[in-house]
Amino acid sequence: MSGEGRPTPGGPAASRRRFLLTAGGALAAAVGVTGVLRAQGEEPLAGQGATGTLRDPSVVGRPQDATHPLDNSEAIKGIEQRLHCTCGCNLDVFTCRTTDFSCTYSPELHREVVALYQDGKTAQQILDAFVAKYGEKVLMAPEPVGFNLWGYLLPGVAITLGAAILAVVIGRRERVRSVALAAAP
Amino acid sequence: MTLLGDFALWAAVLVGAWCAVISFSGRWRGRPDLAATVTRSTHALLVCMLAASLALWQGLISHDFNIEYVAAYTSRNLPPYFIVSAFWAGQKGSLLFWAVVLSLFGSLAQTLTPRRYSDLLPHVAGVTSAVVVFFVSVMLTSANPFERLAFTPPDGRGLNPQLQNVGMVIHPPMLYLGYISITVPFAFAVAALLSRRLDTGWIHAIRKWTLVSWLFLSIGITLGMWWAYVELGWGGYWAWDPVENASLLPWLTMTAFLHSVMIQEKRGMLKRWNLGLIVGTFLLSIFGTFITRSGVISSVHSFTQSNVGYFFLAFLVVAGIAGFTLLYTRWPLLEPEAQLDSVVSREAAFLFNNLLFVGIAFSVLWGTLFPILSELVKGHKITVGPPFFNRVNVPLGLLLLGLTGVGPLIAWRRASPENLKRQFLWPGVAGLLTLAGLLAAGMRDLYPLMAVALAGFVLGTVVQEFYRGMRARMRMHAESPPMALARLVARNRRRYGGYIVHLGLMIYFVAFAGMAFKQEQEATLKPGQSVVMRSPFGHTYKFTHLGISQYEALNRIVSAATVEVTKDGKPDGLITSEKRQHVDSFRRPTFEPSTEVGIRSGLQEDVYVVFAGAVNGTEEAVYRFNLNPLVWWVWYGGFVLVFGGLLTMWPGGGPVLRGPRGAQAGYRAALAGK
Repeated sequence: MSGEGRPTPGGPAASRRRFLLTAGGALAAAVGVTGVLRAQGEEPLAGQGATGTLRDPSVVGRPQDATHPLDNSEAIKGIEQRLHCTCGCNLDVFTCRTTDFSCTYSPELHREVVALYQDGKTAQQILDAFVAKYGEKVLMAPEPVGFNLWGYLLPGVAITLGAAILAVVIGRRERVRSVALAAAP
Repeated sequence: MTLLGDFALWAAVLVGAWCAVISFSGRWRGRPDLAATVTRSTHALLVCMLAASLALWQGLISHDFNIEYVAAYTSRNLPPYFIVSAFWAGQKGSLLFWAVVLSLFGSLAQTLTPRRYSDLLPHVAGVTSAVVVFFVSVMLTSANPFERLAFTPPDGRGLNPQLQNVGMVIHPPMLYLGYISITVPFAFAVAALLSRRLDTGWIHAIRKWTLVSWLFLSIGITLGMWWAYVELGWGGYWAWDPVENASLLPWLTMTAFLHSVMIQEKRGMLKRWNLGLIVGTFLLSIFGTFITRSGVISSVHSFTQSNVGYFFLAFLVVAGIAGFTLLYTRWPLLEPEAQLDSVVSREAAFLFNNLLFVGIAFSVLWGTLFPILSELVKGHKITVGPPFFNRVNVPLGLLLLGLTGVGPLIAWRRASPENLKRQFLWPGVAGLLTLAGLLAAGMRDLYPLMAVALAGFVLGTVVQEFYRGMRARMRMHAESPPMALARLVARNRRRYGGYIVHLGLMIYFVAFAGMAFKQEQEATLKPGQSVVMRSPFGHTYKFTHLGISQYEALNRIVSAATVEVTKDGKPDGLITSEKRQHVDSFRRPTFEPSTEVGIRSGLQEDVYVVFAGAVNGTEEAVYRFNLNPLVWWVWYGGFVLVFGGLLTMWPGGGPVLRGPRGAQAGYRAALAGK
C-alpha cells in the first residue's frame, strides 16, 4: 500500500507525456529497425545504376551469356542456318538459339560451330564435321546427291513433263482440227 | 454435364450412322418421306453435337477440373477469352470442334441448297454424317473430351503461353472452318457420282461452298503467319513446317479447282479433273489433320502425340480408295463436251495454271513426306527444312506469279497474234520498267528481282483489265469514270473479284521478296548502352536499353525490357519486349518463361525486338533486333485477297448460274463490251 495513492511526480500531464514519448520512441525504433531490415534484404532498385539486380531473376528464363562478336557473324549465321538443332524443336541452330531461349542444345551447337570456325575450318568442313558427328539428319536440307536428288528434282521434272505432254497433246489436236477444217468442202 | 456430353456423342453416332446407312443403301429412292427423314437427320445430328459442345463449354467456364481436358488447358486465372479458345486448343476439344462445325455445315448444306439439286441432298447428308460419325467415334474410343480424373485438382495447368494470343483465338477456328467446309463440296461430288447426275449442277451447288472454304483457308493461313510472327519470336512468318505445309496443300488444290471449274462451266471440259481435284482436296484436308495429330512428322505445331493418328490414316486410305474408285466407275460418263482449240488460249493457260498449282502441292507434299521415304529407302532419317523447300518451290512460285499475269491476257478458245500483242504490250512494259528500276537501284538478288518484276507485270495486267473494262462502260453507257468502275465491278463480281485476288497474291509475293533483305543483330546491353543498325531502306536505327522492370499480372509475372528507339537521329518512341512466367492461381509456375516480342510495324519495315534474357540476374539484357522489310504488306495482301474473294462470292452480279452455252454467250457480250 506504500505507494498507493501517491501522486505521480509532475502530475497526470507529465505521465501522459512520458507515455507518449516512450510509445513514440518505441514506434520510431520499430519503424527504423524494420526499415533497416528491409533495406538489408532488398536488392538495389531496378533501373538504378549501371546493372541493377533484378527483383526476381528466376522468372526471366535461363541466364544468358553476354553476346560474343562472332554471334553476329554472317558466316556463322549462314552455317548455323544449315544445321538442325538436336533438341527436337524442328528449327535450325541459329533460329533456335535466337528464339527458344530455354534450349540448352543450340547454344552448345553454336559454341561447336564457333570453335571450328576459329580453328580456320571452311563452312563445308564445318558441315561435314557435324554430319560425321550427328549424322545426315543434322543438315536442314539433305545434300543433293544420290537418292536425295529425287527429292530436289522430281517435282520440277514432273511439272515439266506434264507441261510438255499438255503442249504436245493440245498441239496435235489443234493440227488435226485444222487439217479437218482445211479438208472440209 | 459430362454425362450429357457423353450421351450426346453416343446419340450423334447413332443418328449419323443411321443417316449414312440409309443414304448409301439408296432405300430412300422413290420414297420421299424417307429421303426427307435422311436429310432432316442432319439437323438432329447438329442438335446432338451442340449439346456435347455446350457440355464442354459448361465444364470450361465453371472450372470443373475433374474433367481431364479442363484441367489440362485452363486454370482459374486464365482470362475469359482464352477459356473460349481452350475449346479447340487441345486434341480432344479440337476434334469436338471439328465435329460440331461439320454437323452445322451438313445441316446448312441441306437448308441452303436450292431445291433443283434436291436429288443430291440425301447422298450429301450421308457423306457429311459419315464424316461426323468418324470424328465422334475417334473421340469416344481414343480422345474423349469428357474423360474424368480420379481426383479433382485445385487448379488447372492453364493454357500454353504461346496459345495465349488473340491470333490463336481466331486463327485455328478459321483454318478449321476451311478444312471442315471442304467436306461439303466433297459430299456433293460424291453425291453427283453416286446419282450419276454429272452435269454442271453439282458444280453450281458447291460454288459458294468452295469459295467459303477457300476464303477460310486463306484467312486461316494468313492469321497463322501473323501469329507465328508476333508470338513465336523468330522474326519470320513461314518456316515450311509440316503443319504449315499441311494447311497450304488443300489451299493450292482448291485454288486450282476455282480456276478449272470455270472451264467446265464455260466449255463443259475437265469434268474428271475437277472431280479429282475435289476428292484430292478433301483427302489433303484429312491428311493435314493426320499430320497434326499423329506425330509421324515432327512439327512445332503438333498436338500431343496419341493413337488418333492411326484412325486418321485408316480414314484417309478408305476415303481415298472409295472416292477414286467411284470416280473410276463413272469415268465413261464424264466425257468432255468440247476440245481445246489452241495452246494459245485461256483454257490452255488455265490448264497450265492447274498443272502448276497441283505441281506445287505435289512438291510441298513430296518434301513433307521425303524424310519418311528416305528413312524407308536409306534406313536413316534426314531433315527437310526451309532450304530444301525454298530451293524447290521458289522457282515454281515465280512461275505461278507469272501465269497470274498471263492468264487474264489470253482470249478464250484461240488468241490471235494481234490480240496477244495488244494485250501483252502494257503489262510487259510495266514488268520491264519495274525490272529496270530495281536494277538501277542496285538490286542484284535474282529471286527478289524476279518476284518484284513479275509483280509489276501482274499489276500491269490487272490495271489494264480494269481500265479497259471501265473505258468500255464509259463509251457504251456514257458513265463517269468512278461510276463506270463501280458498275463494272458490281456487275462482273466474279471476274473482277478474281483480279483483286490476283492483286492480293501479287502483294504477298512482293512482301515475301522483302524478307530476303532482313537485318538481324544480337546485342548485350547495360542500361544506357546502345546499338545501331541500318535498314535495307537506308534508315539508321539506334536502340538504347533503358532497363528491365518486373511486375505481376493476372496469370503471369512479367519482366519487361525497354529500348528507346531513334530513327535517323529523331526520337521514335519506346519498344518493350517481355519475358512472361505464367503462374496458376496459387502463383506456382506452370510453363517455361515465354517471350513476347516488341514490334513497331511500318509500311517499309518492321522493327522487331526480342528480349532474350538477362545476364547473371542483372539488368544487363541480351536482345535480338530485327529489321524486317515489307512485312506489313503480307497482312495487307491478305486483306486484299480476302476482299477479292468476298467480292467474288457476293450474291448476284453476274451470269453465274447459267449453263455452259449461256455463260459463253455472256462472255462474248462482255468481250463485245470492251
